[in-house]
Amino acid sequence: MSVADFQPVIGLEVHAQLLTRSKIFCGCSTEFGAPPNAHTCAVCLGMPGVLPVLNETVVEFAVRVGRALGCRINPVSIWARKNYFYPDLPKGYQISQYDQPLCEHGALEIDTDDGPRRVRILRIHLEEDAGKNVHDAGGGDSLVDLNRSGVPLVEIVSEPDIRSSSEAAEYLKALRDVLVYLGVNDGNLEEGSFRCDANVSVMPKGATKYGQRVELKNINSFRFVQKAIDYEIGRQVELIESGGKVAMETRLFDAVRGETRSMRSKEEAHDYRYFPEPDLPPLRIPAGYVERIERELPELPRAKLHRFVGTYGLPAYDAKILVGDRALADLFEKVQAVYKGPAKKLSNWFLGELLRLMKEEARDVGALRFTPPQFASLLEMVDSGELSNNAAKDVFAEMFRTGRSPREVAQEKGLIQVQDTGAVEAAVDSVLAANPGEVEKYRAGKKQVLGFLVGQVMKAMKGKGNPALVNAALKAKLGD
Amino acid sequence: MEPTELSMLELGKKLGSGDLSSVEAVRACLSRVDRFDGQVKAFLKVDREGALAQAEAADRRRKDGRRAGPLDGVPVGLKDLFLTAGLPTTAGSAILEGFVAPYDGTVVKLLRAAGTPIVGKLNMDEFAMGSSTENSAFFPTRNPWNLETSPGGSSGGSAAAVAARMVFGALGTDTGGSIRQPAALSGIVGLKPTYGRVSRFGVVAFASSLDQVGPMTRDVPDCAALLQTIAVHDPCDSTSAPMKAPDYLAELEGGVRGMKLGLPREYFELPGMDPEVRAAVEAATRALEKLGAELVPVSLPHTKYALATYYLVAPAEASSNLARYDGVRYGLRAEGAGNLLAMYGRTRDQGFGLEVKRRVMLGTYALSAGYYDAYYLKAQKVRTLIKQDFTNAFHTVDAVLAPTSPTPAFRIGEKVSDPLAMYLNDVFTLPCNLAGLPGLSVPCGFTKGSLPIGLQVLGRPWDEARVLRIGRAFEREHDFHRRTPPLRAA
Repeated sequence: MSVADFQPVIGLEVHAQLLTRSKIFCGCSTEFGAPPNAHTCAVCLGMPGVLPVLNETVVEFAVRVGRALGCRINPVSIWARKNYFYPDLPKGYQISQYDQPLCEHGALEIDTDDGPRRVRILRIHLEEDAGKNVHDAGGGDSLVDLNRSGVPLVEIVSEPDIRSSSEAAEYLKALRDVLVYLGVNDGNLEEGSFRCDANVSVMPKGATKYGQRVELKNINSFRFVQKAIDYEIGRQVELIESGGKVAMETRLFDAVRGETRSMRSKEEAHDYRYFPEPDLPPLRIPAGYVERIERELPELPRAKLHRFVGTYGLPAYDAKILVGDRALADLFEKVQAVYKGPAKKLSNWFLGELLRLMKEEARDVGALRFTPPQFASLLEMVDSGELSNNAAKDVFAEMFRTGRSPREVAQEKGLIQVQDTGAVEAAVDSVLAANPGEVEKYRAGKKQVLGFLVGQVMKAMKGKGNPALVNAALKAKLGD
Repeated sequence: MEPTELSMLELGKKLGSGDLSSVEAVRACLSRVDRFDGQVKAFLKVDREGALAQAEAADRRRKDGRRAGPLDGVPVGLKDLFLTAGLPTTAGSAILEGFVAPYDGTVVKLLRAAGTPIVGKLNMDEFAMGSSTENSAFFPTRNPWNLETSPGGSSGGSAAAVAARMVFGALGTDTGGSIRQPAALSGIVGLKPTYGRVSRFGVVAFASSLDQVGPMTRDVPDCAALLQTIAVHDPCDSTSAPMKAPDYLAELEGGVRGMKLGLPREYFELPGMDPEVRAAVEAATRALEKLGAELVPVSLPHTKYALATYYLVAPAEASSNLARYDGVRYGLRAEGAGNLLAMYGRTRDQGFGLEVKRRVMLGTYALSAGYYDAYYLKAQKVRTLIKQDFTNAFHTVDAVLAPTSPTPAFRIGEKVSDPLAMYLNDVFTLPCNLAGLPGLSVPCGFTKGSLPIGLQVLGRPWDEARVLRIGRAFEREHDFHRRTPPLRAA
């Protein structure tokens, strides 16, 4: 047997920061990158006597996530304390939710090699983040930064419905897109605002009973998710094939070595001694609250993707890239709303010039200087023949950098092509008159001469002649 | 007469009229502290300068016609688990020795707004775990009525300081009787308000679902006035009730005529109740009957489970609440630990006393995987039954009368080696906390050996006004609360 004879079974737990301005149980800022412990107060430092007060926006954001993923929102959910000792956990417990979470039983549709599939969501609960231990600050001491202590998180737990590492990556991307669309998360894996643990097991193909699962921690990029899971699948299969047994344990992914290694065994597993948090009453969702938030939900990435393919006739490839960034998709729709040409043409510009320049200049959609009508009129100048495709790229680059109107830029750069047939014909006439020998050759069948004549006309028109018009006029005059 | 013989409201009147100054009142307190606290040992910290400065400010307000209220300028003391910015707050524990609070808790802010100078911080059982103040990491407090005995606990320092007239009133906390039992044993008035009536923000937590702040005073009107000052909804405490407190003084003198007062069989039938306590409490109930109340026998059948229930719920919450004392950010950190686990272990071993360790272990056990359902969850279910007992009783009676403590003050050292005997001293006070009800202890007599005895009045949730009115009706019939302990300067 080999890896191909085994069926991996994967479930993911995602911790996503909710982008509220203040922390979940105190008024401190959640801003990333402040000096250590700058965003702390008695509450998030776990001073004696402090009590938590729930930030309402956190609940609103979590309900958005819950409804976007089709979850039931429990009218009453319970706060619980998860008890463990660690220096980055100032109270010695984390306020979380345990046996009655805010959201349950949803699903997220993803694309797989076998077509779209629903990955069921078991639960979504709210909790506070811990701080951060810093070990390499010198002096041999470890330091603690509690800026992140009390930052609001949702933990989104999937059912074990994922069957490969690429599906896992697909799920994470789709989930991240949803959260970013909802405006509740920035999808930033590097800053830790979107983190993932994976539960991985394998069973012989055709089996119905899941194998022993292993929890993988510390997976902080989409690439690592795939690598970590693939490594773990390989490790488990090898273990089973060599007559061993997979142990229930937590393993850490080492991104440098590309392998997982044991962090703690079942025997060393924490007993978190969960119990209901006595400092917070049960979270009650008032009647009508969920419905109100539901009404305000934006169109979600998958629906938008289908619409971009259906309404605009875009290839799925194009639509996926556009929809991957909500702001980009919005901009596309704004330009297309005023542009009279085909959507595919606009999409080509988005996927080509626009994304290239945005990447080059590290600018996101919010920082763009031009307006949708400007973009539309640039394309229309190309469509009408006023601008050559190459000239349009020059104009676009300038418009991108300065936000100036494309016509103004084109005129200033002298890139507008002469559309006046009278002017073209006059130039053709004078060129033909000045080159009788070439005209003879052409008429004698030496058709290559046409290129030379076109060049002469363009030269006479200082390059502003519309090549199509010049060609047509020459051929007509030469009696072709 | 020494100014310290006045009640809070009496002093407040004299301060208002200018007959006395707040500075004089604070000096009178400090003078008694100097003369008697060497024996009583109620204070962990006396804040002379701070109290005098606050008194001067109060006197200035009076002169400017800007008195903050009836208690402006009246000196008080605080159990040492109220966080007071700039003052040490130890909760009676070595693990917080030297810890200076970075902020004022809500009730401290309310007291400051009311203008009461804070004379100092008062001794207590470590983290409020105990019934004698013998679990203080620093020293036991002695009962001003008999220095060989305990003032009770855990708010024993507060009770002793009020009884010894070293402060005019004090704040304590009550998790299983920690205001009422020391009030009874020290001959003063103590009220545990309804859970949620007073903010817990800025109070070192013992058991969050049971802890409640309350006044400890010489008489019932003071108790009402001090409650009025602190019974304010606090958005910083999510368990603080979002309701406005009534005027507790308005109907205080209304009497008990027509009220139905329940006598719970289970409380009066306890074997081992001191006969003098029983006699005094029964006499008090008859006095109330004479004043026009109807005495009605009631049953609170689950009372016998209260002690066991309490000793699962309270330690469970405490084991979690005390996790933050880990040596990482503040308080004690043990020296010489080579790694993190050793630092935790040694810090908590050196910093916590025996009773605290015992309860942290009990609580950790009760919450552990495999035991949670049998212990913590079961205890919460029994707690519901105990609450239901009271709800049923309150269908027929307006309040319940009971002894506060089964015994008068016991000798220091007598119960230290027997935790169960110590726990049993709270058997009459625990159910009130489990049910979240208001409970008042008022002096109702003395033993032949001149030790005070307390009568307990338990009321419906949020019905402090009636509980106080009953206590006041009884208080007017005697002078127990007017007697002063026989202290002699050493």
